[in-house]
Amino acid sequence: MESNSKSWSDLIRLQPRAYMAMSIVIIIGFWCLLSFGRWVNPIYLPSPWAVMKAFVSLQEEGVLVPYTLISLYRVLAGFLVAAALAIPLGIVMATSKRAEAFFEPFIDFVRYLPVTALIPLMILYFGIEDFEKIAVIFVGTFFQLVLMVKDTVSGVPGELLNAAYTLGTRGTAVYTRVLLPASMPGIMDNLRICMGWAWTYLVVAELVAANSGLGFLILRSQRFLQTDRIFAGLLVIGILGVLTDYLFKALSKMLFPWYERLGN
Amino acid sequence: MLRVEKLNKVFATGGDKVFALQDINMTVDPQEFAAIVGPSGCGKTTLLRMAAGLETPTTGKITLNNRAISGPGADRGMVFQAYTLFPWLTVEDNVAFGPRQCGVPETEVKSIVDHYLNVTGLTRFRKLYPKALSGGMKQRVAIARALANTPEILLMDEPFGALDAQTRVVMQELLLRVWEEDQKTVLFITHDIDEAIFLADTIHVMTRQPGTIRKTFKVPLSRPRDHSILLTPDFIALKKEIVELIWTESMQAAEEA
Repeated sequence: MESNSKSWSDLIRLQPRAYMAMSIVIIIGFWCLLSFGRWVNPIYLPSPWAVMKAFVSLQEEGVLVPYTLISLYRVLAGFLVAAALAIPLGIVMATSKRAEAFFEPFIDFVRYLPVTALIPLMILYFGIEDFEKIAVIFVGTFFQLVLMVKDTVSGVPGELLNAAYTLGTRGTAVYTRVLLPASMPGIMDNLRICMGWAWTYLVVAELVAANSGLGFLILRSQRFLQTDRIFAGLLVIGILGVLTDYLFKALSKMLFPWYERLGN
Repeated sequence: MLRVEKLNKVFATGGDKVFALQDINMTVDPQEFAAIVGPSGCGKTTLLRMAAGLETPTTGKITLNNRAISGPGADRGMVFQAYTLFPWLTVEDNVAFGPRQCGVPETEVKSIVDHYLNVTGLTRFRKLYPKALSGGMKQRVAIARALANTPEILLMDEPFGALDAQTRVVMQELLLRVWEEDQKTVLFITHDIDEAIFLADTIHVMTRQPGTIRKTFKVPLSRPRDHSILLTPDFIALKKEIVELIWTESMQAAEEA
């Protein structure tokens, strides 16, 4: 009985992984087919081999790692500041009608402004150094994150709070003992989604008035028609994205073993 | 003693006024197991929630041991119909939640938790999270959690309403055993007449629109009880009386509507 159920769970656990491997093999295979088969002009689609060589030369020029690190720094700085402010504000807005009424008009207004449209202003205000890039990421993620956190916290079942009240929960303990733990998994998901946007705005910020970073690398390579280097830059961003996503998911599973999620 | 005096509850929806509860007067004596039976929509849950302090009366008042009720508090434990365990806490931490909130020293918390886990037969499951529990088990934890706070009265809002018939019977017997040991004051809401007679000392029958207490019955069955009493003549006679009362009321309501 025991070993039987174990082998079943092994199978089930293995299956999605197999699908994952399959998907990666298909994408790379398709890429190889199109590029090595000369179906597409290498100016548009460089071969995997050419991209590999681009990685090597970027490394030899000493830009690959520094550019990746500077981009990573900007993303994390903007994202962490946004998260540190958005989570408390979102919780306050979810629990106070007055706070919601006070903050929501401004947040909604900014939320619908395309961040790209704000970049000229940001450059005017903050210059073209790191601070401006971080500010772009902050503006791009903060206003979205506040509303997502607010929605997550609003979704905590009212009866759970009532149960806590009848057990003697009062004041700040309502937040620390009930609202926060109940909404943590949801907030973690909010952060994960927001991280994706942070990367988007980073590249947008680095495409304008930058002299370092992965976005800058992509833009400069485009000027010289170095499609292989563009692909190298995209690959780094994509892989970092997959890794951060994976990290968030793993962290979620580790921190919230109690959480019931559809499909688990 | 829980005392409800001249209690009225009016809900205003749009321009309409709905009289949910009208002139409710009742008392629950110390160590009494009182049940309120009535059809859905008669306002019995509203009444219980007002006793818990989760809703406020339109007029009238509720007092517990002569203190007016103005909001929820640890002196009134509640078991909800919906599952309200804290999903991020294990069974034992759920049970310990109330005492910890009320500042009970940790060594004492442990012995309280051990005791109530033992009485409700949950000791084996103490390290599990609620997601691993069945509906009946969740309600067991909810009962243990409410009792661990040593409330002056236990308010129960159809706690077994969502359970299947077999689990219900088991839970009713479990509740009786726990109650017989603890002798807590209990106010128990249900629409199940059998359940009310089986558990309670006193049954208040409510009717709807407006919600009023129609009649109060004393249950003439001795304790300790088990499910064999469901077939005794006393049980059946009382059940017949209550069923007929509710039935005629429902027919009247249907004709008037």
